[in-house]
Amino acid sequence: MDHLLSIQDLTAADITTILDTAAGLKDIALRPIKKVPTLRGRTVCNLFLEDSTRTRISFEIAAKRLSADVINFSAKGSSVSKGESLKDTALTLQAMGVDAIVIRHAASGAPQQLTRWVDAKVLNAGDGWHQHPTQALLDLFTIRERLGHVEGLRAAIVGDVFHSRVARSVCQGLLTMGAEVTIVGPPTLLPPRVDTWGAAVSADLDAVLDKTDVLYLLRVQRERMGQQFFPSSREYARIWGVDRDRLARLPEGAIVMHPGPMNRGVEISADAADAANSVITEQVTNGIAVRMSCLYLLLGGEQATA
Amino acid sequence: MPSAGAPVLAAQDIARALKRMAHEILERNKGAERLVLMGIRTRGIPLAERLAGGIAEIEGTGPGGVPCGSLDVTLYRDDYARTGPLPLGATRFPGPVDGKVVVLVDDVLYTGRTIRAAMDAVMDYGRPRAIQLAVLVDRGHRELPIRADYVGKNLPTSDDQEVKVHLRERDGSDEVLVRRREAAA
Amino acid sequence: MTLTGARVVDPATGRDGVVNVTVADGVVTAVGDQVEGRRVDLDGLVLAPGLVDLHVHLREPGREDAETVATGTAAAAAGGFTAVCPMANTEPVCDHAGVVEQVLRLARDAGHCDVFPTGAITRGLRGDELAEMGAMAALGVRCFSDDGMPVRSAQVMRRALEYARTWDAIVCNHAEESTLTDGAQMNEGELSTLLGLAGWPAEAEEVMVARDLVLAHGRGARLHVPHVSTAGTVELIRTAKARGTRVTAEAAPHHFTLVDEAVRSYDPVYKVNPPLRGKADVEAVREGLADGTLDAIATDHAPHPPEQKEQEWVHAPPGMLGLETALALTLTELVDGDVLTVGQAVAALSTKPARARDIDGHGGPIAPGAPANLVAFDPAQRWTVDAQVLHSRSRNTPYAGTTLRGRVVHTLLRGRFTYRDGALA
Repeated sequence: MDHLLSIQDLTAADITTILDTAAGLKDIALRPIKKVPTLRGRTVCNLFLEDSTRTRISFEIAAKRLSADVINFSAKGSSVSKGESLKDTALTLQAMGVDAIVIRHAASGAPQQLTRWVDAKVLNAGDGWHQHPTQALLDLFTIRERLGHVEGLRAAIVGDVFHSRVARSVCQGLLTMGAEVTIVGPPTLLPPRVDTWGAAVSADLDAVLDKTDVLYLLRVQRERMGQQFFPSSREYARIWGVDRDRLARLPEGAIVMHPGPMNRGVEISADAADAANSVITEQVTNGIAVRMSCLYLLLGGEQATA
Repeated sequence: MPSAGAPVLAAQDIARALKRMAHEILERNKGAERLVLMGIRTRGIPLAERLAGGIAEIEGTGPGGVPCGSLDVTLYRDDYARTGPLPLGATRFPGPVDGKVVVLVDDVLYTGRTIRAAMDAVMDYGRPRAIQLAVLVDRGHRELPIRADYVGKNLPTSDDQEVKVHLRERDGSDEVLVRRREAAA
Repeated sequence: MTLTGARVVDPATGRDGVVNVTVADGVVTAVGDQVEGRRVDLDGLVLAPGLVDLHVHLREPGREDAETVATGTAAAAAGGFTAVCPMANTEPVCDHAGVVEQVLRLARDAGHCDVFPTGAITRGLRGDELAEMGAMAALGVRCFSDDGMPVRSAQVMRRALEYARTWDAIVCNHAEESTLTDGAQMNEGELSTLLGLAGWPAEAEEVMVARDLVLAHGRGARLHVPHVSTAGTVELIRTAKARGTRVTAEAAPHHFTLVDEAVRSYDPVYKVNPPLRGKADVEAVREGLADGTLDAIATDHAPHPPEQKEQEWVHAPPGMLGLETALALTLTELVDGDVLTVGQAVAALSTKPARARDIDGHGGPIAPGAPANLVAFDPAQRWTVDAQVLHSRSRNTPYAGTTLRGRVVHTLLRGRFTYRDGALA
């Protein structure tokens, strides 16, 4: 692996390697000294040009548990806020000799552009509506840990797929690993040509619930209301939101997932979010192990020291 | 395939060596109460289990009487930057190591780098009273100031030779072979 | 001076054959076997009327870091053009006589190429108040456009079409219904969805073209549709022409050579407005050029400095260079691709755009008494585009490294070499 830009660049075997490695790294969190020396002397830069405290902290803990040095670079108060271009920022980091850049950016494709300007390994921590590969990997890890496997499972991804890099990444990851996926939501929140994704598409959540092993809910941003994607959050919650009643219609053993942060009362009711089959906090925990795995797999070997 | 040659240790030699080592471990530590045997992945694991079994037999504590675990040192290796990421194995401690005598068990002692990594790994789990080292074969050529406490057989070798340990749990039979290293690929 | 041995392709007279052309005092004096004055041997070359580009951005005044009238017209000469029509979106906007005069003077001083500025439809391209078309028309402006800024109000567009009839001038509206393209970054489709870039749907172009065709037809006014990029637009124009609407249309080389797949690289050199479309659209644009629905090939030459283009895709401005590759792309993709004959290619690059914009003295004929605005090109020569040696001040060509067939050898403006033996004269 040269970089981690998109879940679409990964084969099922690649994903399995990442998840297996993450499994080997997960118990480091349970030890008295939550740290191994593997990435000693490596420098990881968290280049977060779009705010995301959760993902940044997760990557930071992952890098530190592997003993990497971590630099945090955010838009606020940096040269970027003074108008420095992404290219110049990249060249600066290159000149300072960082080994990996974890980039979060509001612009789709920015991580891929970055690879043209730096030798460092680039990890995409979310770009625009495009991709969020570590989110998909931690979700696959969580599913595998909870349900034992991914292949053959029936997953439903519900909500604002149009504006969601998570939906794209998770859908592609699930399909690569052999799951069946149904995309559910109002047609206005489904991207054009979603029919080409290899997933089924439905507007009727109630029709798919009893055939769903993994119910994946997406954050619905309230500002979409003003843009005529749907009339009101109340109507959205009534038709596509998940509450205790809908939860009860899932098959035995089914799990509920959400990438966070949640809009309680819109896509998920408070009691559904805290229900026993909700794995939302496990997703957060597993995110660290999966990101450790990605750093471990990317940063070894001759190239990284060149 | 390089010629295998005759085994330098056959199955009965290995059994005899392990039995002797079990006695030495007991003698040195005045009993088995504080012992934790940690097999270093991969062939150290069955060796540790056999040693633990041997000690338990001598002490009459019954099977499982001597705690035994497995140690994967991949994350502690010093060649990550050169060789790249290797697959991770499981590390399992049978219990806390604080105050215990941890006996690291491996098949071949060579440069000493694996043992250095294993010691660091153990220290990250706690503060043992002592760490000792048991190896089936010591082939020399140390690169670090490390010495085994218990040795099945000292086997002087040259650098262009390699020592292959076969164990029935993994390889179907017990034997130790010395052969010429294959030409560098 | 007599240009000898070339295959003369002149759509205005229908001539296509080897013949000598004698030039004196800026005009063609004879076409035949004669050799008078100095002999310039053009054996193996095609001699055609100088190319005419209806749609370029010379950036001056205002963005001289991207291009100037001098560098842009030098690029034009190197590309075989003898006339170009710069768009009005300069800073200040070309919405009054002053800017028209400035651009004309700068072009005259540079001397590489004739320039026919397009004036703005509305003041400041804001889409509300009409610009003073009359003052600009008095300086020879024949076409008005708020390029890049669609005239959103149907009422303003209808008035503009009506008012321009005073001079029988042409209105060219940027074909984009902007309420459908808020934040749009690339062609809407499977790929925009996968790449996470907001889609620019074909409907946004077609809705606007349909409206403008209806308005122009009703007013009996002249409409020009710029950079046609979708199959639906080609069909709308085909239908309108059949019912007698006074419409002309152009296609840009990138819209008949590149598809949206190129966006996968996220390299903003491929960002253009309207965006690169799918294969079916490219095919339809080619058919439109072949059957004459689309009159002209126009480059939409849009220089941007590197710091503008080397940005995140969503922040980079749209546009790509075109002047120095248009002829070769047409020959390589359309003539070699059996879409157009050489004669049709010359017509689309010269004769028809000159007629569509009432530009006399360009686009042929190559006949005694006509101004000697000519291009000689080697239709067989292969060359590889090198962005570093282009005459434009900017480097944003998506064709860098591409090998094309057909190369400009000489360009003559009123009998004077502006480009000679592959170098600026």
